[in-house]
Amino acid sequence: MNIVDRRPNPKGKSLSNRQRFIARARAELKGAVQDALRKRKVAEVGSGEKVSIPTKGIGEPSFRHSRRTGHSDYVVPGNKEYVVGDEIPRPSGGGGGSGGSDGAPDGEGEDSFEFTLSKEEFLDMFFEDLELPDLVKKTLKESTATDMSRAGYTISGAPANLSVTRTMRNSMARRISMRRPKPIEVELLEAELAQAESAGAADEVARLTLEIETLLRRTKLIPFIDPVDVRYKRFEHIPRPNTQAVMFCLMDVSGSMTEGMKDLAKRFFMLLHVFLERRYKTVDVVFIRHTSTAEEVDEETFFYSRETGGTVVSSALEKMLEIARARYPLDTWNIYAAQASDGDNYGSDSGRCVEMLNGKVLPLCQYFAYIEVGDAGDGPMMRDTDLWHSYSQVAPGHSHFAMKRVSDPTQIFSVFHELFSKERARG
Amino acid sequence: MNSFPKNERVADAVAETPALLSPGHLSNAPKPLFEGPNWDFTTLQQVHDAIEEIALGELGLDVYPNQIEVITSEQMLDAYASVGLPLMYRHWSFGKRFAHHETLYRKGLQGLAYEIVINSSPCISYIMEENSMTMQTLVIAHAAFGHNHFFKNNYLFRQWTDAEGILDYLAFSRDYISKCEERYGIDAVERVIDAAHALRDHGVNRYAHRAKPNLNEELQREEDRRAHDEANYNDLWRTVPTGTKAPDLTTEEVSDAENRLKLGLPEENLLYFIEKRAPKLAGWQRELVRIVRNIAQYFYPQKQTQLMNEGCATFCHYEIMNRLHDKGLITEGTMLEFLHSHSSVVFQPSFDDQRYSGLNPYALGFAMMCDIKRICTEPTDEDRAWFPDMAGNGDPYGTLRHAWANFRDESFVLQYLSPKLIREFRLFEVADDNAQPAMRVDAIHDELGYRRVRSALSRQYDLARREPDIQVVDVDLAGDRCLVLAHSVYNGVQLEEKTCQSVLRHISELWGYNVRLHEVDAATDRRLKTHEVTAIRA
Repeated sequence: MNIVDRRPNPKGKSLSNRQRFIARARAELKGAVQDALRKRKVAEVGSGEKVSIPTKGIGEPSFRHSRRTGHSDYVVPGNKEYVVGDEIPRPSGGGGGSGGSDGAPDGEGEDSFEFTLSKEEFLDMFFEDLELPDLVKKTLKESTATDMSRAGYTISGAPANLSVTRTMRNSMARRISMRRPKPIEVELLEAELAQAESAGAADEVARLTLEIETLLRRTKLIPFIDPVDVRYKRFEHIPRPNTQAVMFCLMDVSGSMTEGMKDLAKRFFMLLHVFLERRYKTVDVVFIRHTSTAEEVDEETFFYSRETGGTVVSSALEKMLEIARARYPLDTWNIYAAQASDGDNYGSDSGRCVEMLNGKVLPLCQYFAYIEVGDAGDGPMMRDTDLWHSYSQVAPGHSHFAMKRVSDPTQIFSVFHELFSKERARG
Repeated sequence: MNSFPKNERVADAVAETPALLSPGHLSNAPKPLFEGPNWDFTTLQQVHDAIEEIALGELGLDVYPNQIEVITSEQMLDAYASVGLPLMYRHWSFGKRFAHHETLYRKGLQGLAYEIVINSSPCISYIMEENSMTMQTLVIAHAAFGHNHFFKNNYLFRQWTDAEGILDYLAFSRDYISKCEERYGIDAVERVIDAAHALRDHGVNRYAHRAKPNLNEELQREEDRRAHDEANYNDLWRTVPTGTKAPDLTTEEVSDAENRLKLGLPEENLLYFIEKRAPKLAGWQRELVRIVRNIAQYFYPQKQTQLMNEGCATFCHYEIMNRLHDKGLITEGTMLEFLHSHSSVVFQPSFDDQRYSGLNPYALGFAMMCDIKRICTEPTDEDRAWFPDMAGNGDPYGTLRHAWANFRDESFVLQYLSPKLIREFRLFEVADDNAQPAMRVDAIHDELGYRRVRSALSRQYDLARREPDIQVVDVDLAGDRCLVLAHSVYNGVQLEEKTCQSVLRHISELWGYNVRLHEVDAATDRRLKTHEVTAIRA
């Protein structure tokens, strides 16, 4: 007998099968993920999800007897009161289900199949067709960043780049093809010569001397390494596409925002944050919150601290422009902004906002998304707020400006999806 | 197809319930092999040795060399997904199975099996690290000896599986398929395997094929036949009128018949036929079909012997655990833990119970094995009447070993199910005629019903009845190369429309041309229905 401890064996033997299965069920899964999202809280955005999908694309059919035709009989245990001739109503559902002869699932291919997606799988699925629009706008010629990349060999170059192996290979090939005498051949002849000399065979000595001379002459004429052998490694400068991007998150935290609205706004930004973190390695995120004044804050403060005050929306735009000027020069950065507000603004400030958007902010941005949050009770028919009204005038002139309204947590995902879907990105 | 055993007479029903097996107690027992739930490798080894002594010495089992592998629950899930085999080619359906089991397991809806055992030589049993030492003991007795003996001795396994070669073959198939994936793309490979999987149940040889005759034998046979004719020549036969002459066949019909003969039709192994004859498959695709077919063939005996296999293993572990206890090698606590687990394994809910999902093979199998032992040692008059050849023969293990070696579920039930068990399980037969509004009770556990119940239950275990009988009957070689299948309909039970269509689509994917399936009533040869699928031209 043999006992083997298999526990240290690599885990996840089924991983590739699982991935294949998910790839196969992708279409069904996407639908299920969307469904699941409608129900879930944003705070759970980073977790996995149990999804249930119809077995359509993943069915494994085989020939089966239909339960609805013909005559069959079953032997069943546990008789309590029946005698021969008794009639039993047919159980609904599985046809003649009480006698499952083989325990096979008598599914008609309609029962759904349930399993759990991991966090990564879930997020991938959700963010799959989302992206930041117009990410590669910056012209390549302006970009200064290049990467060095090896690209074959060259016959000229700096000594530091000499490729010894390649050079020696060429040298050897040339030496062999031109029959350059090897040192050992000369040595052998010299030994023979010495022998002949000691034996006093004059003819032999003369022949060998001549031969040695020829060999030595050949050796001199055919150099060990010739300039034609030398090779240098070649490097090419590959321009690195400039996809540096920064996302400005502008959030209104003024007193007019109710807790519900703030919650909605935070959810939106949280989702945006997860999205950016997951999909883009190099995206900077700048958090700006504003009341009557704006300030840049860190992630923690942005999402979790409380603040209240009046409302001057333009202050946030000011702040954003200031930061962009200081830290994110336009020629190397793609700039995005997302703004969330309840739409209330201080008197004439809305006009100023529109002016700023048209004049300074929008020309700077690749994409500007505006989310207006309302209270849950408002429903789909929210009144036109000050800011919404003003921004509506901006929208038609700029294809990279989008505005949406959210009044209920369940809408967040669909709105987010609409704002960052690939179709929009292309259009 | 199966006749009743000849040795049966009308039985006198005498019900009594003898204790199945009562563990004895010895006071001067040796020290138990282990105490407490923890296990380690030395204890495993000792327990195995103690079990081996009982299994081989007292029960007379004959097993492949054992290999016991300790795995984690995670690995157990992996093993589940690849239908219990240690290596398997990659396919999404295994991922699906994995996802499904994982969800059930994580939610706590389903426990994991304590072991998985593989019909190979050496016989590999997987045991989980979470098991307590009692469970490990039970599992070793159950899998490494019970199942192992069954695999090695049952005629189906001997005939159809190659225990020595299976692991190598699996390794080969996995490598071959991954090479094909690299070369032809995952999608192309997946299409073939999907299609072959759909035909898995119809990709097995149910009988050994006739050996190909060689020329010498053929000549010899012809010679013999002529000699026979000459020896029995009687001129009188010439004068006897031959009755109605068979209608003359047209030359086309003759050549059709010849073609069918050449193609080896009818053929019930659909995958075999496709592998050998499909006109459009490339060599590697044929090999893929062959791999699926071979693995299906490997599992075919297991499907036919589930009841017996589990019955045998459960009986063995029950006997062995009791022996260990009698010898004082396991403690009372262990015995209680074992009995608790054992009785939940052999629990049979009745049909109206929520937990009911068919007859529990562990329960019925174990009960039948114990019953055979009882009949051999303490028969009643009823048993003497029903089983005259073995009642009171005093050799329960020999009788059981004979049964394990030479029967499958269907014939085993037909041969050994006793009236006592029918009463105990309160089995009854229900007829479900779809023409009638309700189902009808046809037989119960009474004098009139025993035989009916027994043969009905036996039919229920007959794979040939459980699975649709589908054969390749023709290929339209002269016309559009349409593959013609026939489903023999018994008792009017036809195929399920939806799955049938999708399977046919899979077949036409492999065959490359149209596929037609006739449902033909087996009794009358009347054609009831035709399904057809048009091939998608690439």
